[in-house]
This record gives sequence, C-alpha cells and structure tokens, in this order.
Amino acid sequence: MKPAPFRYADPGTLDEALAVLSAEGEGAKVLAGGQSLLPLLSMRLAAPTTLVDINRVPGLDSVEVTGNGVTVGALVRHTALLADDAAARVQPLLARATANVAHPAIRNRGTTVGSIAHADPSGEMTSVLALTDGAVTVATPSGPRTVEWRDLFVGPLETSLHGPAVVTSAFFPALPDRSGTAFAEVARRKGDYAVCGAGVVVTLDEDRRIARVRASYVSVGLTPEVHDLTEAVAGKPVDSADWAAAGALARTLVDPDTDIHASADYRRLLVGVLTERTLAEAAAEAAAKVTGE
Amino acid sequence: MSVDTDRTITVTVNGVPREATVPVRRLLSDALRHDLGLTGTHVGCEHGVCGACTVLVDGDPVRSCLMLAVQVDGHAVTTVEGLARDDHRGGQVLHPVQEAFRECHALQCGFCTPGFLTTIAAGLEKRDPAAELTDEEVDDMVGGNLCRCTGYANIKKAVHHAAAAMKDDAR
Repeated sequence: MKPAPFRYADPGTLDEALAVLSAEGEGAKVLAGGQSLLPLLSMRLAAPTTLVDINRVPGLDSVEVTGNGVTVGALVRHTALLADDAAARVQPLLARATANVAHPAIRNRGTTVGSIAHADPSGEMTSVLALTDGAVTVATPSGPRTVEWRDLFVGPLETSLHGPAVVTSAFFPALPDRSGTAFAEVARRKGDYAVCGAGVVVTLDEDRRIARVRASYVSVGLTPEVHDLTEAVAGKPVDSADWAAAGALARTLVDPDTDIHASADYRRLLVGVLTERTLAEAAAEAAAKVTGE
Repeated sequence: MSVDTDRTITVTVNGVPREATVPVRRLLSDALRHDLGLTGTHVGCEHGVCGACTVLVDGDPVRSCLMLAVQVDGHAVTTVEGLARDDHRGGQVLHPVQEAFRECHALQCGFCTPGFLTTIAAGLEKRDPAAELTDEEVDDMVGGNLCRCTGYANIKKAVHHAAAAMKDDAR
C-alpha cells in the first residue's frame, strides 16, 4: 500500500503556497498533519498530482484566545489544543471533543483545522465547529475570506472550497453564559472512528430553567448538522428536566446511514442514549455555574 | 519554489545524521526500513490503525506510515533501535521499558513490540516520574497500539514496572 506518484512542494510562505497551488491546478492538495490524507493516498482513494506541504509556513501554529472565542491556526496539532487550558475555559467543547480525536500518536501530528478541511462526517471537530456556530478563514490569491460552517460542508470529504485556497484558521465562538457542555462517543476501541458521537450545549435562564438545548452528532449524516432540542424540555427546572424526552426527539431528527460498522437503526438508538447522557452532564455543569453566580 | 519528485533529505536518526535521496512519495516507515536499513520499525496496517510503525519525531510518538520521509528533513527521529543507551564500556543497556517488557513477558511474537516500546518510552519520559501512574493513563498510552497475541495484561504490567524503575532512577 503505497501512494501513487505525486509532486511535492514545501513553500515557506502563504503567498508561495497559493502560487504553487495556482500553478499546479485542480490536482494539487494541501498537506498539513496528513493523518487523514496519507491513508487516503496509500489506499489510492485519492491521487493528487501535487502535495503542497504547509508545515514550513510561519504564523499558523498559534491558538489565540479572547473573550469572544478561540482561533486555532492551521498548524495547531490536536495535542496542543487539548493542552490549552485558556482555550478550554472559553470554549470547553474544544478539549472535550479533542480528547476523542484518534490516539495520542495521531493527535501529535494531526491538526484541528486539517480535520475540519477534510470534512469527514466522522470527524469530531467538524461537529464542534457547527455546534459552536464557528467559521474558518481561507487564504486565496484574491485575499482572505471567512466561510461560515453552514457554507463550508458540502458532503462527505467535500467542502465548498475550490481553486487555490488554504484554510488558515478556524474560529470557535465562546460558550455563552449559564451554559454547560458535554461530549461523548461510542467507538469499538477508544480513539477509533466513532460509531456515533454527540456534543451538546445546554443554556439555562437566571431561574435555573432550561432556555436552550442544542446537539451535534459524529458519524451521523453526510455533513455536520446542529439540532435544536429545546422544545422537549423548554422552561423546565434543570433538576427535573426529562432528558430522555430530548433523546427521543433527537432520534426523530437524525438521518444516519447503515455501513459496515453499524446499522442506521443502531446509530439512531445511540443518538438517543448519548443525547440523554450528555445533556444530563451538560445541564449539571450549567446549573453549577448559575448557582455560583 | 521547487516542485519535486525526488529529494535529498538529512535526518538525525537515533542521534546520527543520515542522508538519503528518496522519491517524495516515500513513507517515513519505508525510508527507515529500506533506505536506512533500520528494520526495527515494523510495518503493519499502513494506514495508522495498528501503531506498529510508531517512531518518535522530535521526541513525540507519531505513526511513521502517516508521514512522508521528506517531511522529517532537518528533524530528529528515534526508532526502537535508538532506545537502548550506551553503557560506556563498549556495550549497551536496555531502556527501562525494554527491560520491563522482558521482565514481564510483555512480548510474544514481537511484531507490535517496536511501536509499543517507542510509544511507552516517550509517554513515561514526558511525565513526572514521581506522580502515581494510573491504569487509565496506561490505557490511554497504549490504547492506540494493537497487540493480537501477547495480550494487554502483561504489556500494562510492564508499563507500571518501567515507570517504577524510572521513578527509582530519578531519585
């Protein structure tokens, strides 16, 4: 299992990278961490004519944290994001989801932004970008532009980005006040692709009643989606909310596929179970914050 | 900007600078075995699942089947051959993890062993040796490496054994 022949460039600046991508045409592909791309090459599921390795491009390896959210540069490895306490304080879903991304040896090399650009519906960070209502910044020959998550994901392993483009960062907005989060997966082996995963955000009002409930799933559907589950529990006191009802609602909203790993029915069952479990956890976290105010 | 099909790279492998001219599509795992003759790195699944080919790049465990050889140009790679230390008497002493694997019978066929050894050596060296090593931490450390014959009981025992030895060494 070896990649088909390709050409290789490792530009030292973003402008150079865009110039090479332009010159090499549609067959050129950006290489960052390579933890998803290289298996595709080895299995000959993809055969780009040219790999443009951006690992030498300076300025892409920082995590910037403000009160508004977290900006993750294109060369930030999963391991670095997982260890970033400031990022986890502003948006706890980042560390919670990243802990579920593959195994440590793969997290050491793989990048969060690359995982998003790869647009795999079984990727954790695509779901987190959606759930946090995030966006990516894309460098193009005509200048940088921002692409909201809704406009980014077109299908499995397919984004709306065409022509010479490098995703330079992803922005994850901060967790709103009085909110808690949780993330959980079911996988054959911890670190393997999830059979099903769930990320949730629960927001309370000042009287500890449920104000808003949102969920996004992993390995369910062709592109990441966010489901609003508020109606199942709206206005209920946090301590007596019926999370099973929210799980039941979630099961009716998702449209999972059957594949070699699991049937659609089993995935729908897992959506219900994981939703109920993660919502209870996220709600408890939110409740502790409101009590602490 | 050069766009190449072959490149000459310089890599520090197990402390020794090595040079090789490779096609750019050469995986790091194949470069180590075929271009540099270091067959200690085993190639299992070739798509990042099994962990047998794990080596250290600048000290961090990575899958050598998921990197191109050209990507380690100018970097340092440690393979299983580089874990043992010089004993300054013309021989070598095994790394505490290697010693623990022998002691605890943590290998049987040995195919997965190089990946386990590099992963665990880096994992233990990066942590505070005085801190208690939990089973959960050990599971997380070795969970990305597949062993299909020895079984994980003795491998996990060896991790604890090595951690204890390294704790004693640190005193």
